[in-house]
Amino acid sequence: MAGFKWGGSVLVIAMALLTLIGFFYTPHNPTEMNIQQRLAPPSLQHPLGTDNYGRDILSRIMVGGRPAFQAGMVAVTLGLLIGVLWGAAAGYYRGWLEEILMRTADGLYSLPTILMALLAVTLLGPGQASILVAVTLANIPIFARLTRAQFISLREREFVLAARALGLKDLRIIVLHILPNCLPTLLVQASVSFAAAILAEASLSYLGLGTQPPHPSWGRMLKEAQGFAGLAPWAAVFPGLAIALAVLGFNSLGDNLRDYLDPKS
Amino acid sequence: MMYLLKKLFGMLATLAVVSILTFFTLFVLPGDPALLILGTEADPGALELVRAQLGLDRPVIVQYASWLGGVVRGDFGRSLTFSRGYAVADLIAAALPVTLPLAAMAIFLAMAVAIPLGTLAASRRGKTADKIILGFSQAGLSIPAFWLGILAIQFFAVRLGWFPPGGMPRWSADPLGALNSLILPALILALPRAAILTRIVRTAMLEILKEDYIRTARGKGLPETAVILKHGLSNALVSVSTVAGIQLIQLVAGTVVVEQVFSLPGLGRLILSAVLLRDLPLVQGTIFVGAAIILAVNFLLDSLYPILDPRIRGVQ
Repeated sequence: MAGFKWGGSVLVIAMALLTLIGFFYTPHNPTEMNIQQRLAPPSLQHPLGTDNYGRDILSRIMVGGRPAFQAGMVAVTLGLLIGVLWGAAAGYYRGWLEEILMRTADGLYSLPTILMALLAVTLLGPGQASILVAVTLANIPIFARLTRAQFISLREREFVLAARALGLKDLRIIVLHILPNCLPTLLVQASVSFAAAILAEASLSYLGLGTQPPHPSWGRMLKEAQGFAGLAPWAAVFPGLAIALAVLGFNSLGDNLRDYLDPKS
Repeated sequence: MMYLLKKLFGMLATLAVVSILTFFTLFVLPGDPALLILGTEADPGALELVRAQLGLDRPVIVQYASWLGGVVRGDFGRSLTFSRGYAVADLIAAALPVTLPLAAMAIFLAMAVAIPLGTLAASRRGKTADKIILGFSQAGLSIPAFWLGILAIQFFAVRLGWFPPGGMPRWSADPLGALNSLILPALILALPRAAILTRIVRTAMLEILKEDYIRTARGKGLPETAVILKHGLSNALVSVSTVAGIQLIQLVAGTVVVEQVFSLPGLGRLILSAVLLRDLPLVQGTIFVGAAIILAVNFLLDSLYPILDPRIRGVQ
């Protein structure tokens, strides 16, 4: 890994660890209210202070990262799986199939994530499920377009023509010969998409469309903190910082991967 | 002309598809508007009566046709929740003077920041100015805009008192106050788009600066500023405008969040409350108008291509 910059990965690992540890240990119960301790500034007992119900903000941040990371993992995994199949079919077979697939992908691509989330909430009601639907739908066309572009440029290359001349089956050519060459590009996009999904989950739960109280999520915490941000700035600062660091981590990881895998650009 | 007509036709077709999609998606929804109005305790006879009044007992095609007929005449039906029976068209008409200027200001700001910064970064590639601009762009991409909005309200509105902490007076009552209450939201709305557009402009410029005609322009002794602005930028903007559309769509969609942060009575906030209250006529009307605005922005951008790129003018 000579020449790989670790900046993004370090941030990603730090935020992921914080969330992982939250599954086994939090300094306080993240949903337990304590009226005597309400709006307490950062202290030894509550390193990041408490909110208007006296709940420990550090503990809530450790647990509130779950919906964000879940949105990232689901959006990237399903987006990759479906999008790669979609784009590979379009880019390898071309013709009318490509026309239909890519027109649909373009249509989906032009719909903003917020609009998809609003429609999903109208159908399914507010909650994490609606957000997962929206971020997945947002990522399928991105991976489909990317994969198709890669396939079109790769399918006429000598090593693919050679494989075809040897009489290999389409599936074997696609999986063993073309797909591995798309991996660097897809990997960079996966990282950027993870960042976008975290940001989308935070925005949508800020709007009240995602995780419902009393369960914490970073966006939801900001929504609640906005009402008393003047009295307790820490309640509005730290959850936002958590979102920003996680998003910055995945965005920089994408940049670092691009520099490492494709030094030309 | 043919080019624009074709785009205009495509836009109307998309709008028709959007209207069908929203209408029919919402039609399969669980939940009964009559129940929403009368409450779950209502007796079946009264429910039937309300359903007949709302026209819900007719086939879905007939309902869609009558809704579309209304839309053409500017009638989107009546809201089920907003002091019950408020005309959806009136609610939308009251929201547009907030959202349209907000989006327009943010689009202008994003362009005004991204084009010079992206050009500067490309012309100083690898140097300090480039690194600083890329750093700012990375930060603008990663910092959640609504978080920055919440902090900006605390600092610029509550502490310094330069702006109202939220809400907006009517344009007719206090035009300066209305404008003032849109400045901070427009800045916040523009920030993430400015960050991405800066990168897009930079990449497009770097591509163009590799071209032969740039070498020719330099070779014939043109000053570097003239090379970059006249030969570089005017060509870079052509490729920028093809990807800028999606960014402007995202910007318009971002009004939903920003209006919530700043408590602005705009279309985004209206859509959000319509969805959370499951007020179907209001959801249909607001999403239709929102889609129309997004398509109109796209159409304006499409009509810029022939101005930016003479090749389109020539061929069509």
